[in-house]
Amino acid sequence: MTARLEDMVGTPWRKPPFVRSAALRWTLIVGTIAYLIAAFATIEVDWGRVYIGLERGWQFILGFANPDFTSRGKDIWEGLLESIVMTVAASVVGIAISIPIALGAARNIAPLPVYLVCRAIIAVSRALQEIIVAILLVAIFGFGPLAGFLTLSFATIGFLSKLLAEDIESMDRVQAEAIKASGASWMQWINYGVQPQVMPRLIGLSMYRIDINFRESAILGLVGAGGIGATLNTAFDRYEYNTAAAILLLIIGIVMALEYLSGIIRARVQ
Amino acid sequence: MPVLDKAGTQVWHRRTRNESLVRWFGWLLGVAVFVVCWQRISDATTWFFVWDAPRIADDIWTRATPPRWEYITQLGRPIWDTINIATLGTIIALFLAVPVAFLAARNTTPSALIIRPIALLIIVSTRSINSLIWALLLIAIIGPGVLAGVVAIAIRSIGFCAKLLYEAIEEIDIKQVEAITATGASRWQVMAYGIVPQIMPAFAGIAVFRWDINIRESTVLGLVGAGGIGLQLSSSLNVLAWPQVSLILLVILAAVVISEWVSAKVRGAII
Repeated sequence: MTARLEDMVGTPWRKPPFVRSAALRWTLIVGTIAYLIAAFATIEVDWGRVYIGLERGWQFILGFANPDFTSRGKDIWEGLLESIVMTVAASVVGIAISIPIALGAARNIAPLPVYLVCRAIIAVSRALQEIIVAILLVAIFGFGPLAGFLTLSFATIGFLSKLLAEDIESMDRVQAEAIKASGASWMQWINYGVQPQVMPRLIGLSMYRIDINFRESAILGLVGAGGIGATLNTAFDRYEYNTAAAILLLIIGIVMALEYLSGIIRARVQ
Repeated sequence: MPVLDKAGTQVWHRRTRNESLVRWFGWLLGVAVFVVCWQRISDATTWFFVWDAPRIADDIWTRATPPRWEYITQLGRPIWDTINIATLGTIIALFLAVPVAFLAARNTTPSALIIRPIALLIIVSTRSINSLIWALLLIAIIGPGVLAGVVAIAIRSIGFCAKLLYEAIEEIDIKQVEAITATGASRWQVMAYGIVPQIMPAFAGIAVFRWDINIRESTVLGLVGAGGIGLQLSSSLNVLAWPQVSLILLVILAAVVISEWVSAKVRGAII
């Protein structure tokens, strides 16, 4: 025993490995390296093209130093306004539709058939990406902000209903039961027993979703669904990096302002 | 508790008169803004197409079903590219996000006055621009292909990963750090033995979570020419090959569902 102790004092301490079994550890390491090599090998890089592109990249960085808000000022302004309009309208409609669906998707409130239908709506809305929905809606409803508005509303439902339903499911039962015990109707029960508990969360999530909707509205224009994306795409196509930089700066600025605003509002309601 | 006097009897109200007036104006303003927005959308819409929409939707549906199953042989390589874009992009993003997160966290930043705002700016600006826009930009610079997709996903993910990671760093238990410091450890040793073990579960969770999101995002990067299955989607759309489009959408859906399942499993195992 004393000899063992001597040995242990002699050897410095080592961190125990993350994966205990040595065989599994080495399989994981070798497997990962093999995958990474295979993955990197599939990337074809045309270094000549990259070299030519570096010049453009530099131009673009210079564009940020000298953003051009004026020469395409009218297009930028209209695109941005359309993005904002789409964001506002889609957020209002999306949130209004999300609330009943969230109530339906909360297992402690809704009966099983309603629950399954609402969960299915949420699953479909979450599985389809905004841009794919936008492509389909543009094909159906034609070009313009209506398709973008519908896309964003649809996407809002999946996001907001899911998170809100989870919040309703984890609410405090005691308060809701107290309201029920006073003989309240279903509407009164929702209004006084459930709503006050989930309201701060609803406001917080809505603010966050408005933020996301604005960011998404900036790309819907790529497939013809309105907003600043179309202007941005044109600017890239024409290699007008000063204009592109100006648009990106505006997007970043608005997102930052929204984030700041939602921080204030969330701090106030919680 | 505001109580108003109404014809001799005292009636309880939830809010004072001024407060309810302010709220009422708030709602009025909100509704007015919404109406104006809707008006603009409505003006920009060709309503004839909208009334025609059910017929067109039905038409697309009949064209798109059944999916052209034999086309799946041509989707192997694109879906492999898509997964690679997501995985490599996530790995690169994590390498870049870790230093940014340490510089942005209030308790590890070397300078709260100069370096922290710069790190926060990197986080906000990479996060607020969609990966499709990054891809557009990178295609102009390094040309179309998988590389542009990988870099676009990587840049886009930095902000997300760094934001979640720096919040995890700010929430660490300071006692462990103090204990390590008390043994006379250097700054780097404190980092390696006091901070890193505490944020490791969060880090792994963030990595898998972002990988899942990146699978979704990389499926559409091809729309602007940045590689992956989106390329097939956009070329099929361009020639109106609806049976191929429906098959590609099914493949994308399967990829998204599988990646979500994998990510949920892995996160369940870690946390």
